[in-house]
Amino acid sequence: MNEASLPGHGKGALNLEGLTKLYGEERVVDAIDARIRPGEFFSLLGPSGSGKTTTLMMIAGFVTPDGGAIKVDGADFTHMPPQRRGLGMVFQNYAIFPHLNVFENVAFPLRARRVPEPELHQRVQEALELVRLDRFAKRFARQLSGGQQQRVAIARAIVFRPGIVLMDEPLGALDKNLRYEMQVEIKEIQQRLGMTVVYVTHDQEEAMNMSDRIAIMNHGRIEQLGPPTEIYERPINAFIGRFLGEANLIAGTLEQIAGEEASVRSDDGILLRGRFNRIATGGRKASLFVRPEKLSFGAAAGGNVVEGTVRRRSFLGNIIRTVVQAAPETHLTIDQPNLNEGTEPEVGATVTVNWSVAHSLILLD
Amino acid sequence: MRDRTALLMLPAFAMLAVVFLTPLVWFFIQTLFADPSVLWDEIVTVVTSRAMSQAILTTNWVSALVTITVLVTGYPIAYYLANRGGPRFTLVLFCVVVPYFTSVIVRTYSWMVLLGRTGLINQALQGLGVIDAPLPLLYNKIGIVIGMTYVLLPYMVLTLFAAMKSIDGNLIRAARGMGASGLMIFWRIYLPLSLHGVISGALIVFILSIGFFITPALMGGPSDVMVAMLIERSVEITLDWPAAAVMSLFLLAVTLVLYAIYYRVTDLRRLMGT
Repeated sequence: MNEASLPGHGKGALNLEGLTKLYGEERVVDAIDARIRPGEFFSLLGPSGSGKTTTLMMIAGFVTPDGGAIKVDGADFTHMPPQRRGLGMVFQNYAIFPHLNVFENVAFPLRARRVPEPELHQRVQEALELVRLDRFAKRFARQLSGGQQQRVAIARAIVFRPGIVLMDEPLGALDKNLRYEMQVEIKEIQQRLGMTVVYVTHDQEEAMNMSDRIAIMNHGRIEQLGPPTEIYERPINAFIGRFLGEANLIAGTLEQIAGEEASVRSDDGILLRGRFNRIATGGRKASLFVRPEKLSFGAAAGGNVVEGTVRRRSFLGNIIRTVVQAAPETHLTIDQPNLNEGTEPEVGATVTVNWSVAHSLILLD
Repeated sequence: MRDRTALLMLPAFAMLAVVFLTPLVWFFIQTLFADPSVLWDEIVTVVTSRAMSQAILTTNWVSALVTITVLVTGYPIAYYLANRGGPRFTLVLFCVVVPYFTSVIVRTYSWMVLLGRTGLINQALQGLGVIDAPLPLLYNKIGIVIGMTYVLLPYMVLTLFAAMKSIDGNLIRAARGMGASGLMIFWRIYLPLSLHGVISGALIVFILSIGFFITPALMGGPSDVMVAMLIERSVEITLDWPAAAVMSLFLLAVTLVLYAIYYRVTDLRRLMGT
């Protein structure tokens, strides 16, 4: 095989059309659709068992779809063997060849493409410089730290300049600080090379930090697809609201709808208002959704105002989290930045909590 | 606690000491070390004897041949086992392991029935008109190699299987994803990663081969005398016990050296982290 016969220089548009995978009776991936744009950083985010890794494995060609199609730059990839797809791939456990040194690991995809020796050397060197491992070319995987092994895996996935790179929870094994550094690094490399990345993770912060768009997966389906801010601020259901960080969800009944706004009466009688853009009639079960950082103490006109008793206070370093009981079954979580002012209410105090209607969202159950 | 669990090994050690170590040491002392002046003469006689040097040559040649044929037959079987599951896996494993539990003599005689001048194979080939005269498959080195390959195959297959099972499937998947052909994956990834199994298996088979007795004795020709057969002849027929002792000692030393290498290989494997 020569370089021309292998894809790898495409623009990197990836379409999933009704992609389905069955394991026995179970629909592990259930007719998902996505149009991933060239140069986009696209994350598949979801709890374990949501089908995100199976989806990635189908894109890579290691799992055969039971229905639907995979198209890359218009070409049908659905049943193409993995070695002909020309996609870069970073595995969860890195999958670095233990018997080859860093240089040979990174050179492997180029050798598979019969790239002539001088060019091969230059390209491996460039890839290693990009991940700042050029001084480690002669080392073996066992002589490298987790973060360095991760970089080898990345260099190996990009050295043949694929249009699309797939990453399967690549940072799962690293500790928290290193993970953040690597997120920044991966994002920088992706932008510099302009490649499409499909990134699987169950870590919502990671997905938000890196992605242009996120697809939230649950039970084999894409529940919501959009940019991080949209998914974070405007989840379409309670599952997504809870999955993407802390959320207050107050269950109740839909009362009045007025234009883009509606009100919900909570199960224990508190009337709250929020944005609402669905079509529904009063009396339906609904929840009011608001992020904890949107809440503040004190009364304010025009917003939602609730009184309650402070039940718990947690110091989380950068934020202080207070839980206020407003009614027997209604608890509110309030996150405040830690400003060292010492004005946070004590446990047992009676407080007033307010937040704006614009920050509240009414979700149908 | 550790001391007490060590006590569990006592029956095994006692058994080894009584039936293996004591007779061995007693044999060497009785025949060689009773009169130290004899020892050196004996070594010189044995080593310079034509029979012994011929036997050493035959033993090495046969063992090397057997090791190669076992490896060539065993590698594909082990690959199949390591990469397949389900009923076929069980069937193939069964076929490899069951002969292992059958007596070597029974299996050797079975081969003789198959390979003899009027054996099944020659009759079938002649019947089909493939050959005119029977092929000399028995009472020569071909017979020895076929018989020993069959007897030693399970050792190689099981050793290779263990090595192949420990290869991370993601490495093969990664290689495929990077555009490597099946041949490239085999030469550059699979074979190197299973190499420690190849070396271990080859050493085990070679170690067992150099001490082999029954199969070469029954299936070999008059000129195919291996060291173990020479020892038996010295003990049983010529009653030259000192010579037998020297040869045994020689065989034991070679085995221990090879075992030391085998041990190093298993150690290396751990170093490689595979």
